[in-house]
Amino acid sequence: MSLVARVLEAGGVSTVTFTTARDIAASAGNPRQIFLNYPLGSPAGRPHDPENQRQVLRAGLKLLQEADKPGIIVDLPFTWSEDTTWMGKFMTDEQPFLSDEAEQTRQELLDKARAQKKQDAQ
Amino acid sequence: MDYIRYIDKTHEYYRKQGYDKTYNYACNEDIPFTPLKKPLSEARVALVTTASFILLDEEGHPLEEPGFVGTNELEVSTAPSDWPAGRIMSTSGDHDRYQTDMEDIDAFFPITRMRELLAEGAFGSLSKNYYRTLPNYSQRKTTEVDGPEVLRRCIEDNVDVALLTPV
Repeated sequence: MSLVARVLEAGGVSTVTFTTARDIAASAGNPRQIFLNYPLGSPAGRPHDPENQRQVLRAGLKLLQEADKPGIIVDLPFTWSEDTTWMGKFMTDEQPFLSDEAEQTRQELLDKARAQKKQDAQ
Repeated sequence: MDYIRYIDKTHEYYRKQGYDKTYNYACNEDIPFTPLKKPLSEARVALVTTASFILLDEEGHPLEEPGFVGTNELEVSTAPSDWPAGRIMSTSGDHDRYQTDMEDIDAFFPITRMRELLAEGAFGSLSKNYYRTLPNYSQRKTTEVDGPEVLRRCIEDNVDVALLTPV
């Protein structure tokens, strides 16, 4: 998604990306990032909490008005839960990232992308 | 602040499973930047997402096939910005399924919240359409094909600002 943000910015559209994966967006060179430390899947606020969702969006609009240089990251102060063990459990044997079927599809698509990359390089 | 380092975690996770090549995350030092060109109260705003979902007809039947991760086909789609959240169904397989769920569309694709903010006057107008593309393992595909198509459609729609929600 950060790569799409970069194409949009280069083409004259201002962007804000609402992320739950701070390091991935930062590494990709995201122009303006609103980081919400929630689980993957809820980048625009807590499910069934419209007020929290509005606060997240408003923070994005504020960043648009205030950003005077690229690469600014705003860390929102909201926490997913008092208990932070969920962060340690993500992508472990106990809580595998994808279902077996989804993992197989992922590997097939990765292989396809690698083959394409090889072809592009030739 | 404590947060998940996904890049390290992904490498570690897949190496442990025996894959020696893990996913290459994009890494860029230069960052393109377009400052906001007009007051927000005059700006036209679009919502863009990589979330996997399908649109439903008025009776709740799917209007399209689910897509998960991008292929080599052009994968950009559009729907009217006034599409109701109740007629969108998530097909995501790559959220943290132990912690959150994708039942509330506005938690990852805040179309209802956007209309509320518009009504409050938080920005000038909402784009005619919102835009979707799928995450793709090919960075070249995203940068050279899908990304430019999203840009083309945004320009056609006179969009000044895009709010992006990755899933």
